[in-house]
Amino acid sequence: MELMNWIDFHLPALVVVIPLVAGILTVFCGKRSGPWAWSCLVHGFVFAMTIRLNQLVQNLKLLPVEDGSTLSVPTHISYFMGSWPRQWGIELRVDALNAIILLIVAGIAFLTTVYSGKSVQQEIGSDRRNWFYTVWTLTIVGLLGITITGDAFNVYVLLEISSLTIYTLIAMGKSRDRRALTASLKYLILGSVGASFILLGIGYLLMITGTLNMADMGESLRALENPTENRTLLVAVAFLLVGLSLKMALFPLHMWLPNAYTYAPSAVSALLSATATKVGVYMAFRFIYTIIGPVFSFETVSSSELLLLCATLGILVCSYNAMTQDNVKRILAYSSVAQIGYIVLGFALHTQMGVAGSIVHIINHALIKGGMFMALGAVVYRVGAARLTDLSGLGRIMPWTMGAFTAGGLSLIGFPLTAGFISKWYLVQACLEAGRWYLVVALLVGSIFAIVYVWRVVEIIYFGQPNDNACKAKEAPWTMVLPTIIMIGLSLYFGITAEWTGGMSEATAQFLLTEFEGGMQP
Amino acid sequence: MASYFSSYYNYWVYIALMMIGFYGIIAKRNLVKQAIALSLFQAGIFLFYISMAVVVEDGKIADAPIYTVDKELTHELQEAEHDHHLIVKSDQAFSNPLPHVLILTAIVVSVSILAVALAIIVNIKREYGTIEEDEIQQIEMNEAP
Amino acid sequence: MIESGNPSLSLMTPLVGAAGIVLCGRLPNLREAVTLVTAALLFYFTMGLMPAALSGEAVRVELFEMVPGMPIVFQVEGLGMIYALIASGLWILNSLYSIGYMRGNQEKHQTRFYLCFAVAIFGAMGTAFAGNLFTLFVFYEVLTLSTFPLVTHKGNQNAIQGGRVYLGILASASIGLLFPALVWVHHAVGHVDFVLGGILSDAGLPNWSLALLFFLCVYGIAKAALMPLHRWLPAAMVAPTPVSALLHAVAVVKAGVFSVTKVSVYIFGYGTLGEFGGGDWLVYMAGFTIVTASFIALFQDNLKKRLAYSTVSQLSYILLAVGLWVTLGPDSEVGQFALIAAAVHIPAHAFGKITLFFAAGSIYTADHKTEVSQLKGIGRRMPWTMGAFAVGALAMIGAPPTSGFISKWFLLTGAWEAGSGFAITIIMISTLLNAAYFLPVLWQAFFCKEPEHHDDASSHGSHDHGEAPWPIVVALTGTALLAISLFFYPDWAVELARTLIQSQS
Repeated sequence: MELMNWIDFHLPALVVVIPLVAGILTVFCGKRSGPWAWSCLVHGFVFAMTIRLNQLVQNLKLLPVEDGSTLSVPTHISYFMGSWPRQWGIELRVDALNAIILLIVAGIAFLTTVYSGKSVQQEIGSDRRNWFYTVWTLTIVGLLGITITGDAFNVYVLLEISSLTIYTLIAMGKSRDRRALTASLKYLILGSVGASFILLGIGYLLMITGTLNMADMGESLRALENPTENRTLLVAVAFLLVGLSLKMALFPLHMWLPNAYTYAPSAVSALLSATATKVGVYMAFRFIYTIIGPVFSFETVSSSELLLLCATLGILVCSYNAMTQDNVKRILAYSSVAQIGYIVLGFALHTQMGVAGSIVHIINHALIKGGMFMALGAVVYRVGAARLTDLSGLGRIMPWTMGAFTAGGLSLIGFPLTAGFISKWYLVQACLEAGRWYLVVALLVGSIFAIVYVWRVVEIIYFGQPNDNACKAKEAPWTMVLPTIIMIGLSLYFGITAEWTGGMSEATAQFLLTEFEGGMQP
Repeated sequence: MASYFSSYYNYWVYIALMMIGFYGIIAKRNLVKQAIALSLFQAGIFLFYISMAVVVEDGKIADAPIYTVDKELTHELQEAEHDHHLIVKSDQAFSNPLPHVLILTAIVVSVSILAVALAIIVNIKREYGTIEEDEIQQIEMNEAP
Repeated sequence: MIESGNPSLSLMTPLVGAAGIVLCGRLPNLREAVTLVTAALLFYFTMGLMPAALSGEAVRVELFEMVPGMPIVFQVEGLGMIYALIASGLWILNSLYSIGYMRGNQEKHQTRFYLCFAVAIFGAMGTAFAGNLFTLFVFYEVLTLSTFPLVTHKGNQNAIQGGRVYLGILASASIGLLFPALVWVHHAVGHVDFVLGGILSDAGLPNWSLALLFFLCVYGIAKAALMPLHRWLPAAMVAPTPVSALLHAVAVVKAGVFSVTKVSVYIFGYGTLGEFGGGDWLVYMAGFTIVTASFIALFQDNLKKRLAYSTVSQLSYILLAVGLWVTLGPDSEVGQFALIAAAVHIPAHAFGKITLFFAAGSIYTADHKTEVSQLKGIGRRMPWTMGAFAVGALAMIGAPPTSGFISKWFLLTGAWEAGSGFAITIIMISTLLNAAYFLPVLWQAFFCKEPEHHDDASSHGSHDHGEAPWPIVVALTGTALLAISLFFYPDWAVELARTLIQSQS
């Protein structure tokens, strides 16, 4: 009991520290399957911790605290690293928003780690397998850290930790295709520029507020007199928006993404598509909604229109691009950019329905795209590549994998009873609420493009003739199939009943819009 | 107008550095030059943070932020204070230490990025035999999708 | 025990059947027995809902909420009852027919075929008993997706092409048009429940948005095959004939017109539809489709394609009737005729068209003939088949003693009283055209001499064939008898249709 309380108290720190230490220890796990087994254990444990953390955040509602004369309900858990007070030390802060993101990142990290075993064995040389898993775990540490931290500069440092490791992971795809190297370098340069912009934005916020603690930052920004006249704040918002857009691959700053996803090792594609860009969106929520406040970011700077335009164009252009690709991984990569468009659309609408739709789609798309990339990884494992011709006729040879892929595809289109439908239900409703007709049209045209690019693949899967490699193939090993099916199965489950995802997203949206200044419409 | 430029000259330098770096990233086709440009770009940002830390009081730029321990100074330190004016009194203004600390971290990050970039470039040179972006693109064009 | 009027059993039966079919996949006889038993049970359970539908005291079954605040709801009412009855009843005969057809033609992947069929019926039942637009949309899409593997069953280039058009049009229309309409209604009203008299009347939407909304609904439900979104239906004819018969003459297309009718009656309601002239517009569009599709049918040599275009035209009869009803209004005595015509034409056309398709499949199974021009003299070899074909053709034309006469009678009465010269002209032209493309087939079959052997070297069929396998003959005779029986006993359908009107006024 004593121990449980101790763990509960230190949980926010443990979520980051345990994988950090364990990740470095991975180096000593030998060259065979040791690193994989160890990583599975670690990420399973981290996932369990995030579940507990979610419980704790949920339980906050039940514990009203007496605050002066009024009873108030705490909305977040704070943890001070090394017990330093918040002005000097680093605060870890878990609230309704990042509790979900933590859960998604840790959950998907666990599933992809389990999945990665066989695939990594094939794609990464045995001499560097332990290093691969070290870097892999550090990526996840970075992503978890960005999500949980309450300190703006810490966000930058952890962002660079995750980015640097991601560049490395992508470059490790070179044993399968050397273009992984150029893709990685391109991402490195663009990603570093993006991160530097974020650093600049944080710097300007520091200049205005004199603090790096996000909560304090938000408070002193809200206390600003005449914020609309404040040009420093304007510059900060501009830098942050551009940097974040680069990091989350918002059209037209998405150029790094298609190649990176295509040539990365299969397991890395799955991990990145499901978590990295999502954490980028989370950062945008954190900075725009809880620190700067949506009213200033959207109305004063009128970035709302710009973001909506980028999102809409992203949906249309990238869905169109996805229709014309021959490499299925690249189809999914372009589709990812389009889906980021959907997420940003809800984000920029700045209404409760829109924000809820955005959060729902973060969850749903992480499951869908992660699962689909996993299915493709299984194809690469068995057939050797993931071009359209490689998938030909696989429907009979790898029924489970391809079934999962097809179900994921239907979800991308937004058929009812799939998770994609729920996202679209929210987003279309949000667009209608906001009275923006053209956005509804763009959303639906994007869906119709999705029918085309998904169906091109599905037709080939089920009606094509298998090529020579495919004829020799068989169903992927269960360590790959099972995580794939769990991901896609969950996406279907959340499509059939979105009570949990939808309810939670709506609550979070309400929290974001009322807890912070954004609730007051100008 | 002149004072507008001169009094903020360090900010102008930061912007100039950043833009030179940015130009290099976009315009240079040699991968190593791009990596160097990226470093320059980030160096500009460091300068920005350092400039931000400066505190000006009574027209004088404040001293370096070094913590004073007024009461229990050892003999040697007292001498040092006396001789070299190293330690300032706490009621005196000193520049903001926070950005300095931050930028130390950022420098480490920047160096790591440069290291990873160079490592990848070395690998590219091995695989493609060149580090000119145009030539690499030519080679990739001829490869299967 | 489940209370009367609860459609849960009807919904669960096909799903349980589907599971049974998969489990018995290795044993064809058992698998097909499971299909037949499921079909029979489904019909039995559906019949049990009849009293509730007639009395209008059906229970509202609310399942889980799919999205917070948006539950899946089922409720039995007259219109859905008609649709559910014919879909489940004809499934029995169709299963019998499928057994003969699939075995006779040695089709592959038969387990997948029966499985998808059961799921499609599940979709149809869900559509029939949907208690709100949301549920209707969900099951509508279940129907679309589950029929895709059936359409592309053969797996050859033709089938892929057909499947592409099929899914492309149906899915694009429903997601691109019907889905925003659904969200829009929800946004405007706050719920999407089916309420007699419509829910949009109090929403305060301006006329232009109502018109746009109606347009989105009518074209979004592309299964109703209103031109120009009819192309999927001829394309779907690459499917094995049992699929064309039950799904593309009954379940899928009727899901379309049923949904349009349901949306018109329960979402828009007369008052709202009348305000912006939605009725007139529907009458014109349907009239155009009826005549154009009939014309196209005239020139189709492929028998199934001809039937498909005939279906396109016949479906628009129902839309025409709905349009007339809106123009007339619910208070007028005659307005009721139009609505009854719409409701009664659903089974009337279903019985006739399924017979025709059964006959076409029977010819294909016995002799591998698919073109109208190959049918010379076949009536003497296959008297049962062509006899049934004659009954079906008469039903399409609307001649007594077949089912088509009843609905056409109601329709003409409605059109006459409405003084709609346009509608009357359309019905007359169309009847002539129907005769023009069906009677030559019969003429060739019964009165022309069979060509000699060397005349049709291309046709690989032999001339020593007789009737198709017995399950096929039984099935098509059964549906032909149903088509005739509806002429003598139309009361059940009319009574069910009347429940719409009684509670309306």
